[in-house]
Amino acid sequence: MAHAFLDNLPALQVVIPLLSAPLCLVLARWPRLVWTMCTLVTWTAFGIALALLQTVLAEGPVSYAMGGWAAPWGIEYRIDAVNAYVALIVTGIAAVVLPYAYRSVPLYIHGERVPLFYALLMLCFTGLLGMTVTGDAFNVFVFLEISSLSMYGLISQGRDRRSLTASFQYLVMGTIGGTFVLIGIGFLYVLTGTLNMADLAARLPDVTQVRTLHTAFAFIVVGIGLKLAMFPLHLWLPNAYAYAPSTATVFIASTATKVAVYILLRFVYTIMGPALFSEGIPYGQIAIVLAVMGLLTGSFVAIFQQNIKRMLAYSSIAQIGYILLGIGFASVLGLQAALLHLFNHALMKGALFMAVGCFVYRLGSMSIEDMAGVGRRMPWTFAAFVMGGLSLIGVPLTVGFVSKWYLVLAALQKGYWPLAVLILIGSLLAVVYIWRVVETAWFAKPSLRAAEVREAPLAMLIPTWILVLANIYFGVNTTMTVGVADLAARTLMESMR
Amino acid sequence: MPTDMPPFLPFLVAALLAAVTRGRLRSALMLATPIAGALALTGIGSGELLQIQVLGYTLTPVRVDELSLMFGYLFHLGAFIAVLYALHTDDTLQHVMAMAYAGGAVGAVFAGDLITFFLFWEVLSLSSVFLIWARRTPQAIAAGFRYLLLQIGSGVTLLAGLLVYVAATGEVAMNHIGLEAPGGWLIILALGLKCGFPMLHMWLTDAYPESTPTGAVFLCMFTTKCAIYALTRSFAGAEPLIYIGAFMTFFPIFFAVIENDLRRVLSYSMINQLGFMVCGIGLGSALALNGTVSHAFNDVLFKGLLFMSMGAVLTMTGTTKASELGGLYKTMPQTTALCIVGAASISAIPLFCGFVSKSMIMQAALDQGHTIIWFFLLFASVGVLEHAGIKIPFFAFFAHDSGRRPAEPPVNMRAAMAVAAALCIVIGVFPEATLYRLLPFDASYHPYDMTHVVTQVQLLMFGALAVFWMMRTGRYPTEERAVNLDFDWIYRRLLPAAIRGGERVLSPVWDGARKGVVAQFSGLVALLFRYHGPGGALARTWPTGSMAIWVAVLLAVFVVVYYL
Repeated sequence: MAHAFLDNLPALQVVIPLLSAPLCLVLARWPRLVWTMCTLVTWTAFGIALALLQTVLAEGPVSYAMGGWAAPWGIEYRIDAVNAYVALIVTGIAAVVLPYAYRSVPLYIHGERVPLFYALLMLCFTGLLGMTVTGDAFNVFVFLEISSLSMYGLISQGRDRRSLTASFQYLVMGTIGGTFVLIGIGFLYVLTGTLNMADLAARLPDVTQVRTLHTAFAFIVVGIGLKLAMFPLHLWLPNAYAYAPSTATVFIASTATKVAVYILLRFVYTIMGPALFSEGIPYGQIAIVLAVMGLLTGSFVAIFQQNIKRMLAYSSIAQIGYILLGIGFASVLGLQAALLHLFNHALMKGALFMAVGCFVYRLGSMSIEDMAGVGRRMPWTFAAFVMGGLSLIGVPLTVGFVSKWYLVLAALQKGYWPLAVLILIGSLLAVVYIWRVVETAWFAKPSLRAAEVREAPLAMLIPTWILVLANIYFGVNTTMTVGVADLAARTLMESMR
Repeated sequence: MPTDMPPFLPFLVAALLAAVTRGRLRSALMLATPIAGALALTGIGSGELLQIQVLGYTLTPVRVDELSLMFGYLFHLGAFIAVLYALHTDDTLQHVMAMAYAGGAVGAVFAGDLITFFLFWEVLSLSSVFLIWARRTPQAIAAGFRYLLLQIGSGVTLLAGLLVYVAATGEVAMNHIGLEAPGGWLIILALGLKCGFPMLHMWLTDAYPESTPTGAVFLCMFTTKCAIYALTRSFAGAEPLIYIGAFMTFFPIFFAVIENDLRRVLSYSMINQLGFMVCGIGLGSALALNGTVSHAFNDVLFKGLLFMSMGAVLTMTGTTKASELGGLYKTMPQTTALCIVGAASISAIPLFCGFVSKSMIMQAALDQGHTIIWFFLLFASVGVLEHAGIKIPFFAFFAHDSGRRPAEPPVNMRAAMAVAAALCIVIGVFPEATLYRLLPFDASYHPYDMTHVVTQVQLLMFGALAVFWMMRTGRYPTEERAVNLDFDWIYRRLLPAAIRGGERVLSPVWDGARKGVVAQFSGLVALLFRYHGPGGALARTWPTGSMAIWVAVLLAVFVVVYYL
């Protein structure tokens, strides 16, 4: 029994959350039971992800044939250091978000509809995990759609009616993105007659219709770019993050864009890299230009925002700029920095959005003005926000410092020292927008709203602080993250040769 | 005792505990800390005892070898004496900071890599400044800020130097660096600043005399000795140090002779003693380095003793101005006697500890053919006798009777001084059985042979003769209330004056420039706001259609770029 369980870990990683979604509806009469089940499911998934990472680190990539149909005919789940690492991020965040949801979700959703919310959340979780572990290009599209459709539903649950337009816009944009990805995959299928990633990577270098290949590449990059909010395709993101329920925001902000980045890496490096690399297509330079624009725009807009969730959303766009920058360097060190920031940004943005969720829970407002003096009324939440902010800025002993450090090293290694300076300027801009909040929340006279609030409930504070402490722990003990990111970056670069 | 406990840990724990305890419990705790620490040191292993990996660098927070062990014992001993001396004060701030300061010093000498060393270097700066501020006079506050500024300056320089060094060599371990190494000059500048190199020494003579009576004892023991330790480890044999050291031995003499504040005289005399050590580091032979570290050891004892005796005078009379003191021997005979022991030690009279270490450095200078340097050191030795050996006890306790009749200081102060004085004599009489066994370098030396003793006695006698002849004939500068100008006048008076003068001339220009910059900046912010503000093009919510257009545009861009 235990053996069967262990052998099927890659499938269980996806199947368990998938099954839990309909169960949410079956058990809808007992919302607490639903919550308990979902929490246990996320914790199990986290355990499976840890076990998979251990296996990959010890024994190398794991290949799993779905239903016993061997690749390239059947669907292969293929797990190497890169996606084991991403699965760990997704499940880890989910495992912290679910306890947080217990108090946070009822604020947005009426009692009897809470199980529906969890069903959507579990579907989204399934989709993200499926995209991560699968080794089949078409399967990626399927799971992309599962996660996207459930995400539109999650976002539309916000209290503000603007969440409906935000969700609709994301629906349109996300569908365009999904379609582009599908068109790209279709081209690849036409060219090679296979959908298995490893098989594609092996056959693409021999393809003679280079134009089709290039077009496929453009469609895929733009399609995924939409999902990961690459500048200027980020326009759907601020409203979606701002008006979604806090729980959904935390979950989506820390996982969805990360998985999209992973898919980008997979397509660009593992699948199409060998075919395209030899032709000297300047995709690295394009990525760098877009990254820099996103980084600056996102930071500047964040500085002027009045809505704290929108502010953090724009900050995410800037942070995605950092990740793209690392990818654009197209070196082991650059990829390592990008992968590190993937993990670290999930931690810091998760902590920040959770703290903001606590503020919103008590204040009922997302406006920075209404937060005046709230820090003194909610010291633990405020302290969590400050720690998350320090991490975002990149202060030593936090994870933010570790990723900035490697990013600067990667930039210097390539000789792009203006970019190194730019990375540091980005940190300064982060100081500005974090400080604005700190100044208002701590030093300003309490607003009428703020004077009446008390500390956020423990059920929300504890998950928040778990992420805050993770920010510090992984900022000091970098062995795990740096080691795995290094291995993952090497795995990705290997296929380029 | 656990042998692999980081040696700095007891002090840092004690610093925390001293903040929350009071009275006898705190006294017992603080006295026990250096004793327990020293006992733990006797059982400590050797080599790299603690290593951690940070960002791909191997840091070695605890590395034990003979050199660090020697300084480790020294700092534990010094801390014990200073704690005992400070026991009667009831100032939590001072106790906490003194413990942290001692912990920083111990941590620095056991640091096996430059980054750890830098961290403890900063702990030294940040904790010690409170011992100056704790005097709580306006002068002390101001002097403390000037002190902190230069200490932080030293820290920043060290950081810059070690970054260059680490980046160029990939090596973080703290071993021999040398001047040729990349960043070597920056590092030596940073160390030199804390060690009182000429033109960088002003903080020492400026701030130490302003500190509390007990704080000065801690201050004179740790900061500069840490710098000596680091120079010994990283720059042994760097030739410029010979000349810098020789210069340091004699230029403070002139300031010391005319200075009225006796604790400031001691501060100048400290630079003079540091000069001997720096010179020894520059010479770089095993004998010279042994001389350097043993002189550092003895300097902690006798300079500590002198600072303690002046601290006792300050505590009991409220002043250390030579012009306001005199005749104190009548009511403070014990302090007088102890002070004379310190004075005899610093003057290197045979059978006192100064003799057994200083003569080593001078012998090394002769051995290596630096005859001129040897003459400088000889001259400086006479100077020491004159300003520290005679002037300090004479003007404080004898000279003209000031009419003051203070009582002896508290018993713990006397006990601390007695411990230091006893050690001065024991080391002076039995150097081979005590101090020389700790020496890290391999060189044999016997201080008590005919030549050394006779030379030194002759020197001292003629030196003393000269001083008393000058006093008799009125040629010796009398004790006067005066402010002497040192190099710090340049930045304390000249620079502000120049800036004020310059400001009058330049202020219209400056105003214009500032207005221009402010206008430009506001313009820039307004521009940013126009596009990035909540209603700006880059931040507002776009219609879905135009979002889709962007997708099309980007796709077109990609396809076109790939097509090319």
